[in-house]
Amino acid sequence: MVVDRANALCGAIFIVLGAAFAVQSYGLELGTAFRMGPGYFPLGLAVVLVLLGGIIFFRSLRVKGEAIGAVAWRGMLFILPAPVVFGLTVRGLGFLPSIFAACLIACFASRRMGLAWALLLSAAVALFAWAVFLKGLGLPFPPIGTWIGG
Amino acid sequence: MELIDNLGLGFATASTLSNLAFCFIGVLLGTLIGVLPGIGPTATIAMLLPITFQIGDPTAALIMLAGIYYGAQYGGSTTAILINLPGESSSAVTAIDGYQMARRGRAGVALATAALGSFFAGTVSTFLVALLAPPLTAIALKFGAAEYFSLMVVGLVSSIALASGAVTKALAMLVLGLLLGLVGTDIYTGTPRFNLGIREFSDGLNFVAVAVGVFGVAEILRNLENEHARSAAVKTVTGLMPSREDFRRMAAPILRGTALGSVLGVLPGGGAILASFASYAMEKRASKTPEEFGKGAIEGVAGPESANNAGAQTSFIPLLTLGIPANPVMALMIGAMIIQGIVPGPNVAEEQPALFWGIIASMWIGNLMLVILNLPLVGLWVKLLAVPYYVLFPVIMAFCAIGVYSVKSNVFDLYSVAFFGALGYVLVKLRCEPAPLLLGFVLGPLLEENLRRAMILSRGDFSTFVTRPISATLLVIAAIVLVVVLLPSVRRKREEVFVEED
Repeated sequence: MVVDRANALCGAIFIVLGAAFAVQSYGLELGTAFRMGPGYFPLGLAVVLVLLGGIIFFRSLRVKGEAIGAVAWRGMLFILPAPVVFGLTVRGLGFLPSIFAACLIACFASRRMGLAWALLLSAAVALFAWAVFLKGLGLPFPPIGTWIGG
Repeated sequence: MELIDNLGLGFATASTLSNLAFCFIGVLLGTLIGVLPGIGPTATIAMLLPITFQIGDPTAALIMLAGIYYGAQYGGSTTAILINLPGESSSAVTAIDGYQMARRGRAGVALATAALGSFFAGTVSTFLVALLAPPLTAIALKFGAAEYFSLMVVGLVSSIALASGAVTKALAMLVLGLLLGLVGTDIYTGTPRFNLGIREFSDGLNFVAVAVGVFGVAEILRNLENEHARSAAVKTVTGLMPSREDFRRMAAPILRGTALGSVLGVLPGGGAILASFASYAMEKRASKTPEEFGKGAIEGVAGPESANNAGAQTSFIPLLTLGIPANPVMALMIGAMIIQGIVPGPNVAEEQPALFWGIIASMWIGNLMLVILNLPLVGLWVKLLAVPYYVLFPVIMAFCAIGVYSVKSNVFDLYSVAFFGALGYVLVKLRCEPAPLLLGFVLGPLLEENLRRAMILSRGDFSTFVTRPISATLLVIAAIVLVVVLLPSVRRKREEVFVEED
């Protein structure tokens, strides 16, 4: 059977997200049309989202679609953790080491970046960010955190 | 003359030394990031947005943001002309003839034409904004909750009409955006909802985190799909000054582009994009030598660039008067205003005239700065294009992380960036456009609030939306737009238009 994979997946994602919102809204007070509760409007939207997802999904069956194309797996593996790592360490390690780590991780998203250059670039970014954001703009983040005795 | 007084107040506000400096920094930073290949104006603004929050004064912050916007747009055109890599669909048209001009050694002239055309269009449309904003504000003040609800429906439906790709998908993205906008606490009852039990999300998802994720991070990931070396067509740019013949040829396209862009820009849903396409088509039709188009016709740069900039400017009209964003960039502006403690809408002009007119005046100043900044600095931008992408994106990621964290010092916002980056990338891969999602996200709470208020006022009677004349008219417009985009003939035509941009 031929399936437009991109659209099938897309429809499925919308159905799942819509259903998740619908279930959560149903747990809230719905109220009446006169006095709508916190769940009324979101429940309506969530139902619409599920329906739209359904339409997209069923239309994708028996249709040949374009290929999804190259996926940036390596990019996702290294880019997405960068802000998370910064978030996890900015209080404990402090601003300077934390931004160094986040930048270093992001560097590995490209095959073209060598280790030495990555270290150098991350150090430069950390110093520059420290000068601009902490010294220049005066953001109140400690440069070195409590984990390493700052 | 009230208009002169108002503009006087605006220029007095915008031309204080510090505000001029902020406008200048904005234009500079906007161009700096906007010129980077693959990063369009929306992503640029999303990334630079947090910086403006560090400025205490809302007027200065918004002036800087407006500067960033113009800079980003101009930066995008520069990239389009020099390396044929438009950052956003609105500069895709510029790339067609601009890049051909660059290959023939006329990059300098193409860049100067873009700058001059944009400046002229900016001057005219700034005046238009000043002229049209007060009467529209007066109308908007008569709007009740039902009218606001219907107006937002028009805006949201139009954003679907102008998004590329399947209408059902755009609609689904919009609904998803509306739902994400409702995460947090219900304003009427204080009930927490959809926050997955995380207390940090009780104020709602951070708008900056969503925007940086869906636009910024997703765009970086897309650029990382296939890394191949890019070479700029031009290493140095010489001969900026257009010849007398060039001036003669660009005059009419600039005038026509300005008129077209000003009208289309007011339309909700991203008129500026449409404007540059429409202008290109118009110039090709009006030209005596249509065969030159696509091979470096100066008209093909002058018209669309003017239309694009005029549209960018007049899209401020619905934002400043009604508080309704016309496109994702305006959605970012609304988000910025709310964070600065200003509720966008008709009351802004009344209550904070200095802010309102200051922003309008700064539009013109921003355009002027573009001309005086970018033409001399074009050599620098060319050098920037030579910086390899694998060096740029870690730096961008680091600054995005700092930027998002600096808004509220909330680490959960950083986790949201990763989540929305992944979601945005997946949805883009599945050919869904992110613009309706962001518009929905911003308008979600407003839409719900006005719906609920209207229903309380009508005692639960849904017919209030069709019995009130203004509201009914707006809903009819929305219905017509929706029916039109779903018509098979229009659908095909629409697909053709968007195919051209790829």
